[in-house]
Amino acid sequence: MQFTKEFRNPALAKAAINELHRITTRDWVIMEICGGQTHAIMQYGIDQLLPPQIELVHGPGCPVCVTPLELIDKALAIAAQSDIIFTSYGDMLRVPGSHDDLFSIRADGGDVRTVYSPLDAVKIAQENPDKEVVFFAIGFETTAPANVMSIIQAKNLGLTNYSILVSQALVPPAMHAILGSENNRVQGFLAAGHVCSIMGYWEYPPIAEQYQIPITVTGFEPVDILNGILTTVNQLEAGNIGVTNSYPRVVNEQGNQPAQKIIETVYQVCDRQWRGIGLIPQSGWCLRNEFDAFNAEKKFNLSHIQTQESPICIAGQILQGFKKPDQCPAFGKECTPRTPLGATMVSSEGACAAYYRFARNRK
Amino acid sequence: MTLDHPIMQGPVCPMPKIHTEKVVMGHGSGGRMSQELIRDIFQSQFNYKPLMVGNDFGFVNLPEAANLSGHLSISTDMHMVTPLFFPGGDIGKLAICGTVNDVAMSGGKPLYLTAGFILEEGFRMDILSRVVASMKAAAEESGIQIVAGDTKVAERGSADKLFINTSGIAWVPDHLQIGGQYAKPGDKVIVSGTLGDHGIAVLGARGDLGFEADIKSDIAPLNHMIQEILEVAPNIHVFRDPTRGGLGTTLNEIAVQSQTSIWINENELPVNPVVQAACEMLGFDPLYIANEGKLVTICPAEEADAALEAMQNNQYGKNAVIIGDVRESDPGRVLLRTLIGGTRLVDSLLGEILPRIC
Repeated sequence: MQFTKEFRNPALAKAAINELHRITTRDWVIMEICGGQTHAIMQYGIDQLLPPQIELVHGPGCPVCVTPLELIDKALAIAAQSDIIFTSYGDMLRVPGSHDDLFSIRADGGDVRTVYSPLDAVKIAQENPDKEVVFFAIGFETTAPANVMSIIQAKNLGLTNYSILVSQALVPPAMHAILGSENNRVQGFLAAGHVCSIMGYWEYPPIAEQYQIPITVTGFEPVDILNGILTTVNQLEAGNIGVTNSYPRVVNEQGNQPAQKIIETVYQVCDRQWRGIGLIPQSGWCLRNEFDAFNAEKKFNLSHIQTQESPICIAGQILQGFKKPDQCPAFGKECTPRTPLGATMVSSEGACAAYYRFARNRK
Repeated sequence: MTLDHPIMQGPVCPMPKIHTEKVVMGHGSGGRMSQELIRDIFQSQFNYKPLMVGNDFGFVNLPEAANLSGHLSISTDMHMVTPLFFPGGDIGKLAICGTVNDVAMSGGKPLYLTAGFILEEGFRMDILSRVVASMKAAAEESGIQIVAGDTKVAERGSADKLFINTSGIAWVPDHLQIGGQYAKPGDKVIVSGTLGDHGIAVLGARGDLGFEADIKSDIAPLNHMIQEILEVAPNIHVFRDPTRGGLGTTLNEIAVQSQTSIWINENELPVNPVVQAACEMLGFDPLYIANEGKLVTICPAEEADAALEAMQNNQYGKNAVIIGDVRESDPGRVLLRTLIGGTRLVDSLLGEILPRIC
């Protein structure tokens, strides 16, 4: 089996679309959690092919987008120091802080490097014992095992020049925050397949129960997404609630338990700020105190940071599904990927970037 | 009595060391070492008449067919690539093919080329010689003559090993009108083969992929294929080579230049499975990955089949395919019909291609 062809099969996609048109009788609002899913939806034009009653709203599952501005400013302050090698996933380089981005720090002589894995950052630390190497450990549950593994490796290697700046967010508390809001419109969720590949989906039945909604674990290819939507609409139309795994080739209920155990040894759950949304209790992971030596926030003096958000960016409302990117007055005008006012216009998982890139021609 | 060697007696000024293995600052002095570099490395391989004369200029003839008619197309290009050698090519082949292709996209016949070299102090002579040999081979294949050149040496650390600038001239007969501005509604869009081979091959050679990818760069001179196309499809509107920025960016340039829209079908886009897999892993889109041996042709619908066949009959166009057409609506935009039947915008590449997080 190839890993893409079957799940981009036009005939299978068409069958799912036809079935959706056949069964849909009422208006439904469904949120896809993950920004990767948002991009696939726009990239393949999935939203154009759905019955008009089905509205997809885009969730907060874009790690770059929800990373607090203060933390980005901290990253920029660290990266600008001499004798620092600042490493990051490529996505983060263009995200604007209050005044700058990592690209401009690099242009001004900062040593900012893109890595594909935090383990590469550990290698850089090994090869440059006279420099401090910092990795910007952002992401949801999906990136946590690799980020944590880099700490364990650095510790085993006896490295004292490696640390991480942690911005690690958790999906289930964000779902609670969205569903518990008095303005909530979401009636069904497509849960993020990659997150569930690590965490399983045992955390979701209580959420489905509490808010009386269907939740469908969904993949990222067009056929995956259409099947996720079909499963969710079937449940909604039938008045069923509960959790369905529509991504079984990758996800099981318990998830990757060895990975979960490793995460627990290094991280602990903590309250967390979400950019544009605010504080969500118990919605992130932080380094446990015994790993202070690897905690960039404790290693560097960053008390002088003062942040300033763009007053016209509505990323927070977009990330909670209240508004669509093209309903923002700044969309495509003051705010473009070249001149982003918020992270949602920058990241390859940001909803505004997806709309700009694939659909800004739509009337 | 004459002596072959001076007799050394007492303290004398030592003979300067003769540097033949590495580039030193003296090779950029303009003096004898520069002359030796030119003679031993460049002229020994670039033995084109206008160059061998040794003037500061190359004095060249117009082709006989020109008969004082037609135009000249001129292009210049800087080349820097890490690593210098990669599967399927090297910086030398890139420097020749890049400029040959740029001037050939006018439909013209490439005639003459100049080459400028910035060498980093300490650069190994044998590697330079290999690069020059590769340039010679590519020039021979394309039929372009290297007629002038220059060399400068930069202090160690102020240039990265080797940069090459090439400028080229092609003669374009009067009857051709080829350029991005000439795309017309109703035209067909043909691409000469698989997308993104060069970009992924270079990433792989840098070790940036994190995995092995069995893919070669597609670098090739395309001028002969262009002439073969023009023989059977003389009314071609556009030739363009989708290099940096990839096909997506190239088509956007043409759509803006011609104030038309270009519509392409996702299921027609030719992509090597290895490139596709690499792009899936990294979150790249083959539409934005660089090519160095591909061209896109936009031609009147009635000539499309003939042009396609001519491309497929050339070694560099075997996988040529019609990928879409030109329309009047939405001027300046490129639109893609997705695999599953949706429609989306294809944007230009904004800046550096960045791998995604997860």
